Amino acid sequence: MSTLTGTMHLARLNVRRDRVRLAVWLAALTGLLAATTAGIKSLYPTAADLAGYAETAGSSPAATALNGPGHAVDTAGGATVFEVGGYLSVAVALMSVLIIGRCTRAEEESGRLELLRANVLGRHAALAAAVIVMVAMNIAVGTAVAAIMTAFDVSAAGAATFGAALAGIGIVFGAVAAVTSQITEHVRGSNAIAGTVVAAAYVIRAAGDVGETGLSWLSPFGWVQATRPFADERWWPLLIALGAAALLVAMAVALQNRRDVGAGLVPQRPGPASASPTLLHQVGFSLRLQRASLIGWTVGVFLGGLAFGSVAREMEDIVAESDDLQEWVSAYGANPTEAFLALTLLLLSLAAAGCAIASALRITSEESAGRAEPILATPLSRPAWLLSHLVAPLAAAIVVPVAGGLGTGIAYGILTSDAEQIPRLAGAAMAHVPAVWLLTAATVLLIGLLPRLAVTAWAILAGCVVAAMLGSLIRLPDWVLELSPFEHTPRLPGGSMDVAASLTLTGLAAAVIVVGVVSFRRRDVR
Amino acid sequence: MSLPIDVGGLTKHFGRTRALDGLDLTVRTGEVHGLLGPNGAGKSTTIRILLGLLRADDGAATMFGRDPWSDAVDLHRRLAYVPGDVNLWPSLTGGEVIDVLGRLRGGLDPRRRADLLQRFDLDPTKKGRTYSKGNRQKVALVAALASDAKLLILDEPTSGLDPLMEAVFTECIREAKSEGRTVLLSSHIMAEVEKLCDRVSIIRAGRTVQSGSLSELRHLTRTSIEATTSRPADDLDRVPGVHGLTVDGATVRFDVDGDHLDAALRALTTYGVQALTSAPPSLEELFMRHYGTGDDTSTEPQPAEAAR
Ligand SMILES: Nc1ncnc2c1ncn2[C@@H]1O[C@H](COP(=O)(O)OP(=O)(O)OP(=O)(O)O)[C@@H](O)[C@H]1O
Ligand SMILES: [Mg+2]
Repeated sequence: MSTLTGTMHLARLNVRRDRVRLAVWLAALTGLLAATTAGIKSLYPTAADLAGYAETAGSSPAATALNGPGHAVDTAGGATVFEVGGYLSVAVALMSVLIIGRCTRAEEESGRLELLRANVLGRHAALAAAVIVMVAMNIAVGTAVAAIMTAFDVSAAGAATFGAALAGIGIVFGAVAAVTSQITEHVRGSNAIAGTVVAAAYVIRAAGDVGETGLSWLSPFGWVQATRPFADERWWPLLIALGAAALLVAMAVALQNRRDVGAGLVPQRPGPASASPTLLHQVGFSLRLQRASLIGWTVGVFLGGLAFGSVAREMEDIVAESDDLQEWVSAYGANPTEAFLALTLLLLSLAAAGCAIASALRITSEESAGRAEPILATPLSRPAWLLSHLVAPLAAAIVVPVAGGLGTGIAYGILTSDAEQIPRLAGAAMAHVPAVWLLTAATVLLIGLLPRLAVTAWAILAGCVVAAMLGSLIRLPDWVLELSPFEHTPRLPGGSMDVAASLTLTGLAAAVIVVGVVSFRRRDVR
Repeated sequence: MSLPIDVGGLTKHFGRTRALDGLDLTVRTGEVHGLLGPNGAGKSTTIRILLGLLRADDGAATMFGRDPWSDAVDLHRRLAYVPGDVNLWPSLTGGEVIDVLGRLRGGLDPRRRADLLQRFDLDPTKKGRTYSKGNRQKVALVAALASDAKLLILDEPTSGLDPLMEAVFTECIREAKSEGRTVLLSSHIMAEVEKLCDRVSIIRAGRTVQSGSLSELRHLTRTSIEATTSRPADDLDRVPGVHGLTVDGATVRFDVDGDHLDAALRALTTYGVQALTSAPPSLEELFMRHYGTGDDTSTEPQPAEAAR
């Protein structure tokens, strides 16, 4: 068919261009699965241990909302699916959405597709190539998941079903993105709509599972969950998923026939013809550029807090069941519940650090996109420009953890009927603010000294996450652990505030920022 | 008063690439100066150094007598810049960007802003991501022209404009000149520079190969002559400056350097001129000579490689 000319060529081009991205997705997803499976195996080595786990974990409504109804939770495979199945299915859904967005709308938006289509590409080639890459990637993830679980010696049939279920989830939401990418002109809009569909489907599934109504059958997450890996495996629900995906792709093709290259079905709305006073202020300007992503992070971390807060009470029982878990959690505090809450706030602060780093890295993306140049050619000095872009990450270092603490406090407060928890946990969430500032400062230093390597700020954060989550388990030497600023902030609630350490971190952050700004003043603008 | 731009022996390396190799450039107050050169000649690099965005490796550069690197902020009060590749913020409208840049330059005249928007036929309510290349360029142009900067630095300002908008741009530059503003504009199109500029610097491979007023440069170009003579003019090439002589019976064709035109015509009349046509000197031809590959980067006009 002439409308598909060049599809395979384009698919190969997509894979080649995104090979690192795709490999990282695969590694991250399989790594998470392998770690969890290994963890379940070592925490609950015997059938009796697993039975105990099933009794506590499988019975709470909050856990059901988060993870879906447990199937065969008293087997290692079933417990693993219950623990990470929810995260993995959301992750493959988002992976598929992003792949489709990158290979279709993003290409079109950049004008590259126009260049290609002027050559020998069929009208539907880009969409078809994107779908091929997306499906292939999901099959790869599904196969790897099945292989890894089988390697951990769980039921092969269950592992294969779970792998297929994950691939099915990914393919359905990839197909959703194929439709949304026809609707808006811009990849961000398309991804946002598809992401909202993912979230809505997840919430519908959660509500359906908790209420034990048939509502879950309205959600793709419900379909693939119904394959019941490790229990009485059923494959037919996957047919619903594949049928829906095929319908959605057909719809995307039909929509594509009705629009021009580069255009969306929904036209862009006009904006203001002149700037508002806040935009004219340099700080207002930089906040405006980051507004959407800051709100996204804040809401996301708040929801994360709600989720963790809602399971805090069950954690007490779960932890009590397992010596290993007790040992792990005790690293964060003496009282198990307080320790779990402290761990939650630490995790949410690490997420806030992610937000701060992403926000600080806007400086390099402004620079490399050529948008810094016209601004720096005005009487605005380079330090002033840099500092104006630092307001957002430095403020996010406070706002995002507090939002997470509020979420945790609200959920935990409702469960314990104790409104006091809300201010207590929101306050405790500020424990790690100086550490987040220091990571932001490190990002600024990289931007000033080694702009090409600025993204390695993410590697620093990854190191901090490993130190914070696993440091005590994998028995890293103390001096290595102490490189992470989060090792010097108090474990609140439960721990005690170390004012001197916090002030030292803050001072260090300020000094590093100064060095970063000075280095930026001295180097070429790229 | 010191020169708006005075650059001597500027060099700049990017790793192994030598982007500038002893570039000279002088821009006088009130003139429109063209910076002409092929792709990769170093036009944008020169401009970025002048804006203090890049630091030169060697050589002297001053703007209004001051150092563009260390006095960047002060110098930027006096200039407005339009980058060659205008990138806008996807979520901001063109009008918002114009206001933000204008505010940073110390405010802009709302009447002039409205007038320019209308002349450039630019819709200020569209978001940055929806503008075409030409329209992005117009956003930057309106922001620069609506400011009251004394010096306009424009990097290939017309590369995305359609002919109608190019005419508007030409008009705006003439107005800027009549207001006494100084303009440095880079381009790789001779015709555009010929239309707008008082003086031109032609650069190639990071070096200035020719610089001067348009009439000085015209002097360096050749006029093509075709004549019918009563006697065959077959020894006309004894006259210095005559190139590519072809004699075909009574018809003679040749090119002559601008500064030998007079002598060549005198010599021609001795053969009895019956008809004469001359093609005007074209800077394009001079420019093409510098565009070509090879090492003909000396300031001497080179002999034409091929007869017409
Ligand atoms: N940031 C950079 N890193 C490495 N090389 C660069 C960089 N900027 C420019 N160059 C190189 O320097 C040389 C001059 O580039 P410049 O952009 O100044 O050319 P130009 O005259 O503006 O060309 P064009 O007409 O294409 O805009 C080119 O060889 C280019 O590849
Ligand atoms: Mg250029």
